[in-house]
Amino acid sequence: MLNQKEILSTIEMIDQQHLDIRTITMGISLLSCCDPDPRRACGKIYEKICRCAEKLVQTGCDIEAEFGIPIVNKRISVTPMALVAGASETEDYVPFALALDKAAQSCGVNFIGGYSALVQKGMTKADERLIRSIPQALAQTELVCSSVNVGSTRAGINMDAVSLMGRTVKETARLTADRDGLGCAKLVVFCNAVEDNPFMAGAFHGAGEAEKVINVGVSGPGVVYHALQAVRGKPLDVAAETVKKTAFRVTRMGQLVAQEASRRLNTPFGIVDLSLAPTPAVGDSVARILEELGLEVCGTHGTTAALALLNDAVKKGGVMASSSVGGLSGAFIPVSEDEGMIAAARSGTLCLDKLEAMTCVCSVGLDMIAIPGDTPAETIAAIIADEAAIGMVNSKTTAVRILPAPGKDVGGTIEMGGLLGSAPVMPVHKESSAAFIARGGRIPAPLHSLRN
Amino acid sequence: MNAIVTVLGQDRVGIIAAVCNRLASYNVNILDISQTILQGAFTMVMAVDVSKSSASFGELGKGLGELGAEMGLSIRIQREEIFDAMHSI
Repeated sequence: MLNQKEILSTIEMIDQQHLDIRTITMGISLLSCCDPDPRRACGKIYEKICRCAEKLVQTGCDIEAEFGIPIVNKRISVTPMALVAGASETEDYVPFALALDKAAQSCGVNFIGGYSALVQKGMTKADERLIRSIPQALAQTELVCSSVNVGSTRAGINMDAVSLMGRTVKETARLTADRDGLGCAKLVVFCNAVEDNPFMAGAFHGAGEAEKVINVGVSGPGVVYHALQAVRGKPLDVAAETVKKTAFRVTRMGQLVAQEASRRLNTPFGIVDLSLAPTPAVGDSVARILEELGLEVCGTHGTTAALALLNDAVKKGGVMASSSVGGLSGAFIPVSEDEGMIAAARSGTLCLDKLEAMTCVCSVGLDMIAIPGDTPAETIAAIIADEAAIGMVNSKTTAVRILPAPGKDVGGTIEMGGLLGSAPVMPVHKESSAAFIARGGRIPAPLHSLRN
Repeated sequence: MNAIVTVLGQDRVGIIAAVCNRLASYNVNILDISQTILQGAFTMVMAVDVSKSSASFGELGKGLGELGAEMGLSIRIQREEIFDAMHSI
């Protein structure tokens, strides 16, 4: 029989340390829905999503009840919509977003991702139409998430797209100003985007993926934090070992749930994403893990080193626990979704420049950061360019999900509620980047992209 | 299919009897029981076989949860695989 201590430790992790499966995400290919008639294409999209994901939410709830592990989100990701909508003879892509939203509502999922375009090297007409429709699409829908890939290690950075995304973010905030600019919480700009990411807002079902697939994202900052309390003051290699062991356990649970969901939904298992994803709840914070390692406040000197240790240990522990690891896999550092990050940003210790440094060693990038509402579009584009450059040169995924707070300045707060949390408005540099962004063109791929 | 029932809370007379009775009413067979008082709290772990259960897994969980609420205890039932996955290779 199982050891009583082990059983009780699992229950304590679930009850008191916020252990959960963050998401079961079903990826669905919509390439078969292409149609010259946009109305027929939207009809096919709605029908296919509903047919494939009909039982997703119920299956998630069943697994939750039988295994006694909370599954916080059930989500859908689809083929980047620019690839599907491009086949239709229309210039208005908003109806495609509405079709996604309606399908997501019918299936009862929390979010649907894939209103996306991949433009790292250049934009097709469809890509450009899609990007220009993003502000309206996010203003008119509730559950649709959008992402745009503007750079990669192999292709360099498409600075025309970066400039366009600066304006798109700004316009999205303006159109959702009555909801504190909520639209921007559902819009991610990537460099080196991955095709099997189960986490929102950046999930999409890549063109290299199967017809449909189940990807699972685990969580567990609270469990890691608690485990580290037991080795307080010990050398950092001991801390890294502790994180590894904890990540292994958490991921094993993710693997079990993924296999079970895959079997019940008769859908191939894709990957487990080993991410440490925080929530605004007390005790579920990545920032508090960094502080537990010995930093007075997250954001002070040493934060990048501590995060590097954490990010690497999570991967090493998780990789053996799953038959297939993918997605973003690492530590997330979203400001508004992490109680400790919010506190550190409020205290002024955690600033945008430090967050940028941290993104060199964490799994993604500048995430859920509120900035003054009057920040120029060129400055937002320059922030995106900096982040994309980090991703391009370091062959890693980076992303920007930034929230210009309509009508608010430093000292204000935007409230999004739920898992999206609240974010204090952080200062940005006042000096202009406009002439740099106005140049457009491309930043060429780095020398180490030439590996063949 | 095996499952693990855990009962946690303030000790009192009749906990084991009540839980066993409830399980018997669902035709759930008890394979093993381990019970102790941990830091003042009643702690019981049971391995049970639910393959001949008259209720679905969801109903079992709901029924035991309700019994727990009546008695001021936390009672849950979970499939055994989750513990195997987390604690053994």
